Amino acid sequence: MLPTPDLSHLSSKDYELIYEPAEDTFLLLDALEKDAEALRATKPTVCLEIGSGSGCVTTFLNQILGSSVIYLATDVNLHACRCTCATASRNKTIVDCIHGSLACGLHHRLKDAVDIMTFNPPYVPTTSEEVLMAQEKRDIQGAWAGGVDGMDVTNHFLSVVKELLSPQGRFYLVALKANDIKAIRQKMLIENGLKSNIVLERKAGREHLFILSTR
Amino acid sequence: MVRLITHNLLACHARGCTSNNFPLRFSDAQIETRKADFNADFIRAFMPKLEWSALVDAAKQLGDTSLPLEAPDMLDEEFLKNLHRVLLEIHIEEGSMTCPNCNHRYPISNGIPNMLLAEDEIA
Ligand SMILES: C[S@@+](CC[C@H](N)C(=O)[O-])C[C@H]1O[C@@H](n2cnc3c(N)ncnc32)[C@H](O)[C@@H]1O
Repeated sequence: MLPTPDLSHLSSKDYELIYEPAEDTFLLLDALEKDAEALRATKPTVCLEIGSGSGCVTTFLNQILGSSVIYLATDVNLHACRCTCATASRNKTIVDCIHGSLACGLHHRLKDAVDIMTFNPPYVPTTSEEVLMAQEKRDIQGAWAGGVDGMDVTNHFLSVVKELLSPQGRFYLVALKANDIKAIRQKMLIENGLKSNIVLERKAGREHLFILSTR
Repeated sequence: MVRLITHNLLACHARGCTSNNFPLRFSDAQIETRKADFNADFIRAFMPKLEWSALVDAAKQLGDTSLPLEAPDMLDEEFLKNLHRVLLEIHIEEGSMTCPNCNHRYPISNGIPNMLLAEDEIA
């Protein structure tokens, strides 16, 4: 078991503004650790995390894969970008964090180039007004507000995943049972050309969490 | 964080701006250099992903003219170490990046580039 990154520099003040790592985050870390050997074997050079929040996931990936990779991260929440950078340097790693939505300005240059991509998206079912407002305000609400089936933000991103992934690239996505895992996988396959499998699942309180990956 | 490696991967994504939207042009750049671990394998593996002339030009905008105009075929240690320094150790802390096509300006503040556009709000 690899240790989780040191987050002791973040306080409850930060967690009023950004997402505090929780069961979903840790399940994603477990999935990446489970696949660590396979990920190393693909000799990755580019990792991209969408919605990096505290920066915990990207820093963990850095601990698994080391310095022969560039770690890129994006978040719409500016304070999350700051925390992502702070977490990287606290753990003596480096992340190139961008304040932007989804893969924003990276899309043009990273076609077929991303080897490992992760997204723990805002997946909580809410009204459509709520997701719109959260995306516009770019605050803590944007960490969970996911629209009617919790899939509004995720669906936007799914439509560009295939274009970004390198031939051996893998994409990891966090989802809830309530998002309808079967329907997500069906949609990924039919609409986005992405074959997926379930890497891990876990019940945590009221949430039944899944990690899907495209390989 | 904006380093020249990051800059080499960012293009303007304003709606309708799809050609001549790369590389973004620096202005008022304030830079800092910070040491990073040298990893020759990474530099070698990343070379084919670089837009070389965009990198040479961006470095020049920051006052660094150490890169050859054409990427060499033979990658010796000295070249790799210098490329490492230019790509990974120069940090642009403040300033902005402007699109050569539509002139949209992306500010950089405290080392974080702001690539948000009003139009990327998810509808
Ligand atoms: C559930 S949190 C996950 C945070 C962190 N990756 C983790 O696992 O703990 C979702 C994150 O996505 C960010 N986010 C929401 N909408 C986004 C968008 N359109 N583009 C980029 N990031 C977004 C939120 O600000 C938040 O940091």
